[in-house]
Amino acid sequence: MTNEQCTTLKVLDNVPFGQIAGEHLFFALRLERPTWKSWQPGQFVMVRPSGWALDMLWARPFSICRVSNRDLVLFFQAVGRGTRRMASLKSGDEVLVWGPLGNSFEMEPDTPTLLLAGGIGIAPFVGYVHTHPRPWNLHMEFGHRMPLNCYPYESINEKIMGDAHHEQKPEDLAAFIDCMDKRIEEFAGQNGLVLACGPTPFLRTVQQLSQKHNARCQLSLETRMACGVGACLGCVTKVSDDMQVNGVAAGRAQVCNHGPVFWAHQVNLSED
Amino acid sequence: MDMRLNLPGLPDFSFKNPILTASGTFGYGVEFAPYGDLTTLGGIVVKGLSLAPRAGNPMPRIAETPCGMLNAVGLQNSGVESFITEKLPKLPWRELPVIANIYACDPGEFAELTGVLAREQGIAAIEVNISCPNVKEGGILFGQDARQAARVTEAVKRMAGDKPVIIKLSPNVTDITTIAKAVEDAGADMLSCINTLSGMGVDIRTRKPLLANVIGGLSGPAIKPVALRCVWQVSRAVNIPVIGIGGIASAEDVLEFMLVGAHAVQVGTANFLRPDFSFRLVQEFEQLLQKMNITDLEEFRGSLKA
Ligand SMILES: Cc1cc2nc3c(=O)[nH]c(=O)nc-3n(C[C@H](O)[C@H](O)[C@H](O)COP(=O)(O)OP(=O)(O)OC[C@H]3O[C@@H](n4cnc5c(N)ncnc54)[C@H](O)[C@@H]3O)c2cc1C
Ligand SMILES: Cc1cc2nc3c(=O)[nH]c(=O)nc-3n(C[C@H](O)[C@H](O)[C@H](O)COP(=O)(O)O)c2cc1C
Ligand code: FES
Repeated sequence: MTNEQCTTLKVLDNVPFGQIAGEHLFFALRLERPTWKSWQPGQFVMVRPSGWALDMLWARPFSICRVSNRDLVLFFQAVGRGTRRMASLKSGDEVLVWGPLGNSFEMEPDTPTLLLAGGIGIAPFVGYVHTHPRPWNLHMEFGHRMPLNCYPYESINEKIMGDAHHEQKPEDLAAFIDCMDKRIEEFAGQNGLVLACGPTPFLRTVQQLSQKHNARCQLSLETRMACGVGACLGCVTKVSDDMQVNGVAAGRAQVCNHGPVFWAHQVNLSED
Repeated sequence: MDMRLNLPGLPDFSFKNPILTASGTFGYGVEFAPYGDLTTLGGIVVKGLSLAPRAGNPMPRIAETPCGMLNAVGLQNSGVESFITEKLPKLPWRELPVIANIYACDPGEFAELTGVLAREQGIAAIEVNISCPNVKEGGILFGQDARQAARVTEAVKRMAGDKPVIIKLSPNVTDITTIAKAVEDAGADMLSCINTLSGMGVDIRTRKPLLANVIGGLSGPAIKPVALRCVWQVSRAVNIPVIGIGGIASAEDVLEFMLVGAHAVQVGTANFLRPDFSFRLVQEFEQLLQKMNITDLEEFRGSLKA
């Protein structure tokens, strides 16, 4: 049975970005264009290279970076078993892809919107910035540990105003948080929108700051996923009571199909 | 070819092919509807249901292991009532058997749950997960004690009306045939075997377990040899149909389970390899039968030359 939501796509190329100690950790993976009718920034796909045998069962989730009429671009960091193997994908190799999955970031063209990215959390914002009809309303603060050329920052910076913060020592992190504090206050004052994606400790900080300034804020969460479609219940996050009325029982919602994007006040990141 | 299976002792019940999906790995079925035609499956066993909604265990609750995975989801579900009102109507239950998998912590609760489900036209059969510790009797798992497993079976049978009752056996026992025979004597109509193997995983860098719950259930191709052994032993010990479960990831695997005596199988973890896995497996199984010239599944079943 062929189904356009689950297809085998050929790798066009897998381009390494930046270099750390002679090794590449970051890759732009370009795949053939899938036949989806539409997608939205913030959504993701599950990727499982066809060459993976049964020793590694799960596909891996990646944000959709860009879709053009020629290709689908994903941007990934080689952190573990799966992504390190993905680093050796070559043009002509085949990968199984299902999606687009999950919900997407709010897009209010006329609202001043602050994009907060931590590390590889920058990936979904490439698509956001490039599909936004009024990019002059967007501003980004980007915190990163690896050199800037490891990330697809250029492609964002050529479209919108942004600042990059290289964290090399503990004071740098404090300065970055301080900057986010001021920016969130500023955007909250204009009834703006704050969108964040990055590791959980970073999201926790953004959540606290947005609560402090009463900002309208969305967070894109990351968890381990097995199915990506809401079936295994392996990817849940604690949600507040007002989510339960949306058919989510018992205070935990699957990140893959109720998210990955949640309003900051709806999730409880303090545990789990 | 006709892959329909008639089950001994159950003249009014059949699967149109032997490939079902395992509880907890196929959600409520609807999640997979965008990836294939649900009605082509032999049956769907839905996520484990309890009387009251359950929040399940803290995160992380799944981890990948070589050829398998660990899970300690903790039976998160929205409760039997919400299943009946919200999920069941969305399933094509007139066209394929929808089997409810149930979970409770004492025989009375099992009976109550069964009573609720027995009234539902859309439920074809009830599969009983006996992996909960019996708190009242000191925490021993129902599934590990023949007498307690039999008590649960009797309690469920009493309330099930004309719905077949399937008891799902745990491999975490010294002799699985003792439990199998005890639940057969207590009235079970079918057995499914196996549930997950108890296991754990650790991270030497963080010095933390891979699951917040520390211990979880191992599933996937890693457990297939254990599952085959259990199905082989159980199908020879009882006279009721056995559904094989554990690590099935290809059409050949389905035949292996039938060779050792299974009437049907359930596909679990392999549904995570790709969301259309079970749909494709039904087609691949039919092709394999043709290729191998197998025209009579009943004749093939249990024909292991051992
Ligand atoms: C919706 C979503 C979108 C994502 N988008 C991107 C993206 O665009 N680019 C990118 O590089 N990464 C992205 N990730 C993270 C990516 O999925 C993980 O880095 C990847 O699954 C790790 O696989 P692995 O086999 O290399 O790691 P493993 O060997 O499985 O694990 C290595 C480490 O990574 C952690 N880990 C595993 N899976 C995840 C996960 N899903 N999220 C967070 N940590 C994880 C493990 O706990 C472990 O500490 C996204 C995750 C989600 C949930
Ligand atoms: C994520 C997950 C959730 C499960 N939930 C249930 C459940 O609710 N009830 C149940 O009886 N078995 C449950 N199981 C066990 C499976 O139904 C099956 O018995 C087991 O995974 C072995 O088959 P497999 O190797 O094909 O996955 C679950 C398994 C997994 C992986
Ligand atoms: S990954 Fe399976 S429910 Fe989200």
